[in-house]
Amino acid sequence: MTKTHFQKIKPYIWLAAFAFFSAGSFVFGFDPGKTITKSFVESFIEMITFIPFLFIIVGLFDVWFPKEKIERHIGQDSGIKGIFTVIILAMLQAGPLYGAFPVAYILYKKGASVKNIFIYLGAFSTLKIPMLGIEIGYLGLNFTLARTLIALPLFILTGYFMEWYLKGKNFKINDV
Amino acid sequence: MTNTLIFISVSALTGLVSFLLDRQKTISGFKKGLKMFKNIVMPFLNILILVSLLLFIVPPQMIVKYLGAGSGAIGFMIAAVVGSITLVPGFISYPIASGLIKQGASYSTVAVFMTTLMMVGIVTLPLEIRYFGKRVAVIRNLLNLIAAVIIGILIGMIL
Repeated sequence: MTKTHFQKIKPYIWLAAFAFFSAGSFVFGFDPGKTITKSFVESFIEMITFIPFLFIIVGLFDVWFPKEKIERHIGQDSGIKGIFTVIILAMLQAGPLYGAFPVAYILYKKGASVKNIFIYLGAFSTLKIPMLGIEIGYLGLNFTLARTLIALPLFILTGYFMEWYLKGKNFKINDV
Repeated sequence: MTNTLIFISVSALTGLVSFLLDRQKTISGFKKGLKMFKNIVMPFLNILILVSLLLFIVPPQMIVKYLGAGSGAIGFMIAAVVGSITLVPGFISYPIASGLIKQGASYSTVAVFMTTLMMVGIVTLPLEIRYFGKRVAVIRNLLNLIAAVIIGILIGMIL
């Protein structure tokens, strides 16, 4: 077997092994295996009934609200409008929090306020649209709404606190 | 079931509005979404296998004891520490969280776990320090840890 061949099938190995294990469990009446398979099937149905739709929504958002367009406004806006803009920008992102640090540097370079930079980080960590979609799917709309509405004032407060705390302290963000 | 209806109707509605406004954009949006789904589906299936195995191995009584409604401060601390240290992508942590709730964990401990996971990053702290400096990075993480605990307490009171 060539290496490229192996790399092609590599993502499917676990699934294949699991399918084998499940089939075996049912054939030989291995009860723990049956229970595990049932729970897998349940969670698979749970996933497949909303994740594809979520990505359609996210894909449409991506073409209608390009991040680059919003990024251009950052820095010039102040007050509520500035806060609003950074939150919207953060909501359109995806990925883990450390992916937000380079964007924070760009915002800083563009002259965004300390407050808005930290509000951006807060919104990035808790309000990304793809993540909200998955959260609604798995933990329910009530949970997601409650968590979001509590988190929002908390990270806006964090932004104000950081601005107050860093005033006159020569704060800068480094390009890594 | 209700969730499925929400997602189907929202995607159908946005798709329709988008299609009426701009056919070309809508098609490229659909393609983008499908591509993202394709990228995520295999790792997602592997995670579902792992979660099914873990939920079988870890007895529900144990989850109720340490993360359930009666676990109090200990449950909070376990959730906060695990959430702060580990670095798990959201699409992996949500199936885990939902599994934990089904097995008896309380909404507030799950909220603390999820929020620390999202907002506090001990593994990525060295990287964060390089961008923001030591003082700012540490303060941001501490403030977010406090925020996560507040979120957990309030969620426990609401839900």
